Amino acid sequence: MPEYMTLIGGRSSKQGTALCQGKLEADYLEVTSVVEMNVEDMARLGIVNEGRVRLRTPGGESILRCKGRETKDLPPGILFMAYGPLSSELMTGDTAGTGMPLSKNLQVEVEPVPDDA
Amino acid sequence: MSDNIRTVPDATCTFCGCVCDDIVLTVDMDSHSITKSQNACVLGKAWFKEHGIEERPRALIGGREASTEEGVEEAAQILANARFPIIYGLSDTTCEAQRVAVAIADMIGGNVDTTTSVCHGPSGIAFQSAGESTASLGEIRNRADLVIFWGGNPAEAHPRLFTRYAVTPKGMYVPNGRKDRTIVLVDVRRTPSTPVADIFLQVKPGSDFEVLWALRALVKGRRIDASIEQRTGVSLAVLQDLVARMKSCRFGVLLFGMGLTMTRGRHFNSGALLALATDLNEFTHFVAAPVRGHGNVTGADNVMSWQTGFPFGVNLSRGYPRFNPGEFTTVDLLSRGEVDAALIIASDPASNFPKPAIEHLKRIPVISLDPKATITGALSRVAFTTATYGINVAGTAYRMDNVPLTLRPAFDSPYPSDEEVLTAIRSRVRELLGGNRLPVGPLPAGKAT
Repeated sequence: MPEYMTLIGGRSSKQGTALCQGKLEADYLEVTSVVEMNVEDMARLGIVNEGRVRLRTPGGESILRCKGRETKDLPPGILFMAYGPLSSELMTGDTAGTGMPLSKNLQVEVEPVPDDA
Repeated sequence: MSDNIRTVPDATCTFCGCVCDDIVLTVDMDSHSITKSQNACVLGKAWFKEHGIEERPRALIGGREASTEEGVEEAAQILANARFPIIYGLSDTTCEAQRVAVAIADMIGGNVDTTTSVCHGPSGIAFQSAGESTASLGEIRNRADLVIFWGGNPAEAHPRLFTRYAVTPKGMYVPNGRKDRTIVLVDVRRTPSTPVADIFLQVKPGSDFEVLWALRALVKGRRIDASIEQRTGVSLAVLQDLVARMKSCRFGVLLFGMGLTMTRGRHFNSGALLALATDLNEFTHFVAAPVRGHGNVTGADNVMSWQTGFPFGVNLSRGYPRFNPGEFTTVDLLSRGEVDAALIIASDPASNFPKPAIEHLKRIPVISLDPKATITGALSRVAFTTATYGINVAGTAYRMDNVPLTLRPAFDSPYPSDEEVLTAIRSRVRELLGGNRLPVGPLPAGKAT
């Protein structure tokens, strides 16, 4: 049974300072390849801190490193990641006639990725 | 550090829409680098530190090093021969460069759009239907005693919005600064901004519109069922308390971010918030303003509006401007595979657009202008290296509250400005086309192509 969660894309300080160095530099690619997840959700899905997780939408999929956040900071069922090339993979081109694709409140299928995969 | 040091007082930071113009820069003129940026936030310090002079080709054509002049010729040929070219970006360059970009779009009968379409574009749509009761950041600093941040994280995206304008500074009618203000934050998750707030409303994702509409109803004295909490995550008592504070404050402000525009509801969310601010003016003075991301995205809105009558998503293929989000906005045009060439200025859509849009960018000739190597630059047919606005280039940028500010550059760059490259492209395209491309008007009735 696939597990679905709500992905919120957004900005972070680290992403902002890293993009000043350049979007092809290691710091930017690093900060945009991490997804934050509630620690209880991680335990339930058997994902360790810094473990890999696959997110999938009808638009595409990305494999990211998972970082745990306490429930007081990030509720169960909610994911957060900084905008970047890997969040783009998950967005569809549909803008509902507004010009704006959805990049927050995305329903994503979540699947742990074994280390040897 | 050398002895050849220059100090630039009142320099302007163009990293974000705060466009702070009280930065004191210390510049090493020998190494062409900024060694200190007094008053800047963490983002501003990184902006100034990381924009020294890098050894990069002036232009790349198909990955081959080329001169700026060769790049201009190739770019002009692409634009002059395209049937449906698009010009996009513009939020991190001067108003002077933006103006030339719109002129090129007019000449080639193309489409011109800015990063506003994937930022506060939905708010731009909402402004047209709901209006905007607003104020400058100076008024907010001096008068606001209730500040509500909705769907944003200024601590990480606009740090000095708190310290310079909306939370801690002392103002004419808020002489005790933070003590005289009530700060409310509305978001779907706790962020580094949350501890700044006196009241935090954690709404369920996708329920901003319902919360805003409930607040409107309560402001008008209508009854709201307690089940609102199950739908939105916010109790009726909390909403009633907020409404009481909103109606009794002296000067209230709603500062809203992309937590409203990039989620379900889009322009309806922004419109509900703008209508709430207007409703509250029956009881007190209340304003609303979008918090803008890029340093001159507000300038792009202004230049587009004064040149074409519309803020973004404008098509000029009929010889006159047409505005239609969803039809003439860049994500849509690229995702549908409609455009056959792209001129991207000071933006990196290949790093943040949806995958189908990026896939089409890879299929068409792209011309890009940027001080840094970018993912868009890497897929471009022609990639120009240009000087950084505000650090190497003088000109005008608009703060997020539509106040234009003069940029005071720190040191010269060996690379041309965006304006210089665009002006050269415009001249060469004019030569190739012999003036403006003839407008393609509607065919007479009964005539088919």
